[in-house]
Amino acid sequence: MTVLDTAPRQAAPVEAGPMILTGRRMPRRATPVAILGGLTLAGLLVTLGVAPVGAIVLSVVAVDVALPVWAWIAVNRRAATDRMITCLVWTALLAALSPLVWLLITTIASGVPVITGRFLSHDMQTKLNPVTFKIEVGGGVLHALIGTLLVTLGAIIISVPVGLMCAIYLVEYGRGKRLARLVTLLVDVMTGIPSIVAGLFAMALFGQFVGIGTRMGVMGSIALSLLMIPTVVRSTEEMIRLVPDDLREAAYALGVPRWRTIVKVVIPTSIGGIITGVMLAISRVIGETAPLLVAIGSIDVLQTNMFGGRIETLPVFIMTQYQSSTPQGYAYAWGGALLLILIVMLLNIAARIIGAVFAPRTGR
Amino acid sequence: MSVTKERPVLVERTAPDPVVEPSTRRHAVGDSVFSTIALAAGLTILIALVAVFIFLLTQGARGFTADADVFGPAATDFPTYAGKLLFGTVLAALLAMIIAVPFAISMALFISHYAPRRLAVPVAYVIDILAAVPSVVYGLWGARTLAPASHGLQTWLNNHVGWIPIFGGQVSATGRTILVAALVLAIMVLPITTAICREVFQRTPGLLEEAALGLGATRWEMIKYSVFPHARSGMVAATMLGLGRALGETMAVAMVMSAGPQLTFRLLTSNNPATIASNIAAKYQAEDVRIQVVLIATGLVLLVFTFLVNFVARAIVARSERRF
Repeated sequence: MTVLDTAPRQAAPVEAGPMILTGRRMPRRATPVAILGGLTLAGLLVTLGVAPVGAIVLSVVAVDVALPVWAWIAVNRRAATDRMITCLVWTALLAALSPLVWLLITTIASGVPVITGRFLSHDMQTKLNPVTFKIEVGGGVLHALIGTLLVTLGAIIISVPVGLMCAIYLVEYGRGKRLARLVTLLVDVMTGIPSIVAGLFAMALFGQFVGIGTRMGVMGSIALSLLMIPTVVRSTEEMIRLVPDDLREAAYALGVPRWRTIVKVVIPTSIGGIITGVMLAISRVIGETAPLLVAIGSIDVLQTNMFGGRIETLPVFIMTQYQSSTPQGYAYAWGGALLLILIVMLLNIAARIIGAVFAPRTGR
Repeated sequence: MSVTKERPVLVERTAPDPVVEPSTRRHAVGDSVFSTIALAAGLTILIALVAVFIFLLTQGARGFTADADVFGPAATDFPTYAGKLLFGTVLAALLAMIIAVPFAISMALFISHYAPRRLAVPVAYVIDILAAVPSVVYGLWGARTLAPASHGLQTWLNNHVGWIPIFGGQVSATGRTILVAALVLAIMVLPITTAICREVFQRTPGLLEEAALGLGATRWEMIKYSVFPHARSGMVAATMLGLGRALGETMAVAMVMSAGPQLTFRLLTSNNPATIASNIAAKYQAEDVRIQVVLIATGLVLLVFTFLVNFVARAIVARSERRF
């Protein structure tokens, strides 16, 4: 290697030159050099008065072109193609992640000024102030927060038992049965239900029995649980399947009946994974807007009766505030969006921490 | 072996053991109750799905034959109305997939083959965050931030490549066009498509990859000749699943563009074709029960169409899996 590396890098025909076992290569420092060059170019462009975003885009394109051309000159066409794809993959990654950063920055920048004590402790009811006789808007999100918690809680109460028991059926009782295969297929189908159709289903269900146009908190819970059950079943099934059969057989050998084996051995063993899955499912549905919009609608005041008409929820709050098309409404919408993202992120992080703490020990 | 064959029956049925017998009966009761509950939960899935179809059908049935005035200015009967909405739905979803798939494949490749080991896990985690952001926030961001920001680019496209019909017409002043809606949709379907692609890429047998590299292939040639052929069905499945997501996505489309049911391929004007879902979200508050019924009927159309896409995806996967 060391000796052969000194072989000429120029386009000497291979047959004529000394025996070369390694091909010609790009210098190791090619990539850092190119990136440095790109940064310098971006800096130059900015000082020349190009907008920062444009400068970044231009210099990224320049690096993407320069590296493959360099590889073509220094090595050959195959290496140039390889280099080009590598550049494209990195560029695609940066391009795809930039909207996320942009979105988070915008939401935080626009949302933080809105979130105040008043925002968190009032609803949107317009009241006549008895002292000053002025009409005051509540200017708060409390009703939406509480409504979201209630509706999501309802969805959890419906979907966690069903999802858990369904997963138990699939793994413990239904192994190899035709019905189990059908249920697995249906769970797959269910994951494909568009969220707004879930809302329409709740609307149609209550339309059948109560009258069309009915809106209740519990309808939202039903719609959300339709979206949540497949996620819960999938994750729980996977976790229960991970429980080694040795544990089950040990319990059977002690004379423990099957259901107690499941309750006392299988579920405790996989509880960490199950909780993680459920929390991820919650974080998935807590931000759902379309089904709630259709099934519950929106209201300006705090409502806690799940069976007594409309309840405001946080996603719908964002939507309606956005639709009001006033600067104040947009501000409230950003505040709500920041709160919603915070809730979802907290759920996600908590789920991952629980998953990591309870992770089954692999190997010995 | 002989021992296990001649194993005595654990519980003699003929001679009840006073100690064992009650407990086994309790076991039997507990077991049968528990297994029945589990079975019932499994059946609930079946019932729920059937119920979705039945209730949408019974409630939406009147929508198929509703009066002409319900369908507004866009159409006079249900097939035209639903057809125009379906056109918008498919257009937005296809645009989104055209934008998203190259990025999804690149990102999946990055995580599976290109990323330094220390970077792969954080990047995968960040993509998960992309999936966790609620759709209404994407909608808000798309309408309030991305649309105004991309207005210049849209005007530029219209001025310079306006001779291509899709970029023609009068540019929307607000930037809230179907192109922006499709961009937001693309960002939203990126995580699921990336996740599935990544999984199938990572499942390529290491021996195949090493054999390719051993023959002197560059990294790209290795991917082209050993990873992609192996992952083709998975990539199709990922695309179709993303398409299914994009078809049913409501808020991003409803918030980004103001739209009505219509047939147009122009992506940059303020006359945008509504999607089924965004149309429902726009009109759900209608006091007229007949409109609500029509909305339910269009929802049924969306459901059936999404199922068809998913089943086609499954069929493609099943067929190409047989070939390997």
